[in-house]
Amino acid sequence: MFFKRKKSQENEEYIALSEGQLMWRQFLKHRVAVIASIILIFLYSVVIFANFFAPYGMLTSHNFHLYAPPQITKINFFDKEGNFHIRPFIYRQVAARDPKTLRFVYEDDLKQKDFIHFFVHGEEYTMLGFIKSDIHLFGVGEGKLFLLGTDIIGRDLLTRIIFGGRVSLSIGMIGVIILVIIGTIVGTISGYFGGWIDNILQRIIEIIRIIPQVALWMALAAIIPKEWPSTYVYLGIVIIFGMISWAGLARELRGKVLAIRRSDFIYAAEITGASTSRIIVKHIIPNVLSHIIVIATLSIPIMIIGEAALSFLGLGIKPPMTSWGLLLTQLREVQTLKHYPWLISPAGFIVVSVLCFNFIGDALRDVNDPHSR
Amino acid sequence: MGLFSYIVKRILFSIPVIIVISILCFGIIQLPPGDYADAYAAVAASTGGGSVSKEYLEKIRERYGLDQPFWIQYWRWVKGFPEGDFGIAMSLQGTPVADLLKERLPMTLFLNFSALIFALMIALPIGIYSATHQYSLLDYLLTFIAFIGIAIPGFILAVFIIGISIFWFDSSYIGRLYSNEFIGKAWNMDKTIDFLKHLPVPIIAIGVAQTSNTMRIMRGNMLDVLQQPFIQTARAKGLSESVVNWKHAARIAINPIISRIGVYLPEIIATEMLVSIVLNLNTIGPLFYDSLISQDMYLAGTILLVISIILVIGNLIADVALALTDPRIRFELM
Repeated sequence: MFFKRKKSQENEEYIALSEGQLMWRQFLKHRVAVIASIILIFLYSVVIFANFFAPYGMLTSHNFHLYAPPQITKINFFDKEGNFHIRPFIYRQVAARDPKTLRFVYEDDLKQKDFIHFFVHGEEYTMLGFIKSDIHLFGVGEGKLFLLGTDIIGRDLLTRIIFGGRVSLSIGMIGVIILVIIGTIVGTISGYFGGWIDNILQRIIEIIRIIPQVALWMALAAIIPKEWPSTYVYLGIVIIFGMISWAGLARELRGKVLAIRRSDFIYAAEITGASTSRIIVKHIIPNVLSHIIVIATLSIPIMIIGEAALSFLGLGIKPPMTSWGLLLTQLREVQTLKHYPWLISPAGFIVVSVLCFNFIGDALRDVNDPHSR
Repeated sequence: MGLFSYIVKRILFSIPVIIVISILCFGIIQLPPGDYADAYAAVAASTGGGSVSKEYLEKIRERYGLDQPFWIQYWRWVKGFPEGDFGIAMSLQGTPVADLLKERLPMTLFLNFSALIFALMIALPIGIYSATHQYSLLDYLLTFIAFIGIAIPGFILAVFIIGISIFWFDSSYIGRLYSNEFIGKAWNMDKTIDFLKHLPVPIIAIGVAQTSNTMRIMRGNMLDVLQQPFIQTARAKGLSESVVNWKHAARIAINPIISRIGVYLPEIIATEMLVSIVLNLNTIGPLFYDSLISQDMYLAGTILLVISIILVIGNLIADVALALTDPRIRFELM
């Protein structure tokens, strides 16, 4: 395929593009998907460098700031006298107890302005195991800044969301790697060899697809021993997710492989004496790679939702780790939701990341489908 | 091949499927270490059932053949199923599982079925409209809403709806399927009205994702069909646009949706379970959840099997429906 590239008004240059480059160009035409990719890259960078982006430590609780409301809407440039400040600030939050309900109520102390600074010194941390620092992206000097509020023991919700994102966003990624490995092997074998192997594998796939995936995930997650440390539980859940959800990929790949197997270039390879493994690795896998990528991309959001559901129900990730689903657990008490509605914000992060993956997956499927060109 | 023999064939096909699923479910029951009788004693102690007598534990060991190899244990577990003996729920002081299912299964089926109908009723017309008005403002808006509908998990939607209703609406019809005063009462006019008032929230929470999904698929199918030559012919004959769209195109475009019902059902049931747990509805979902929390794997495995059997039957019905609407399917299996 050739693409016309205008170098200047007079001379036009024709360049040949590889299949991959063509797909890349097609992908860039899907504006929404490009925006979604940028959002996801941003989210992943934030959670990878969580210690830097989060204003506090993951487990740091702030006394006298239990259930403090979010301050993100209270960021000001103008103070109450109407003076403009180039640096945004918040009025310091002070806690008092409601004499009747004994719940904390918060008021702004209009005398105290806390200016928001960037690259401030805060709690010390070791990031990714080797970066020792105490620099945080933003913070206020003396007071406290809780952009999204705090939870029952005064932990900053934004900090918890950023650290929880590590679990929520990585489970989908790692789970999908397991899914792709199993799904590709089963799908390729089933499609390439056919016969009784194909028959047996197809029946297995059909049966796995009948059992509702989430119910099976729940049952298997419930078997993970309660006394395991939270990193083991995390690994256990990743493995359960990957092991159970490959059936869809295997089924779709089988159809593709079956079609490719009958094409001339495979016969040509066979006649020239290429081994079976060479044909599969060199000729078949590259031809179905784009399908694998599409299905993998669309499987990540399912796993993100699955993890959220499991953790929300107390069957998934357990403390001291946290995840977006686990953060929502507090809302199972209707009273909590009524009095502290900001605790629902992790749900927004789940929805946004799922939405982004869906947009990208759909765009990839469009790009991959030759009819759309 | 006639429709009847097709149905018989499909039923015969699903029997080995159910047997394999039951083996899988029993495998899950067997996964946790320790035997059922020990677990029973532990669960009974932790759920306030008090200590269990030695003789009773022996009886359980005997009933389930716990000192026997896997296959004998499996046989003891399944042999009662065809007669409606599903064993006992150890986390619920030994209540027969059959009683629990009898109490909750009808409501579960009703909710899932209603959610499916809701999804189709909303999604199909909107999908057709979206396709016939491609790239219009409303089409863009609906497509966008559908994307968000897919991205919001049902259980989070349920939490959202609870939240919204607490702040803005009368929240007495949220959660449960009927008000407290009707618990354990027979169905009468008042209870039915009360029940219907409770119904919209779970059905919306369960159905939204499938509605959005179906809508997008229907739109795509419709767009494909509208490209076909027979649509041009219909237009050339001078048929009105609405007849072309609804009578000629929509009838063909709907077939892939019917064949997808088999794929929808597991998703709807899974969503229904999660939503029911959040809203505390009287269906199988919360029962399954409680059994997992209290580590009553026999109950959990049995429920998993029952759900799977429902899905096999659901698939069967979907296949028959497809064979009815699309005669080509009947000949494919020959």
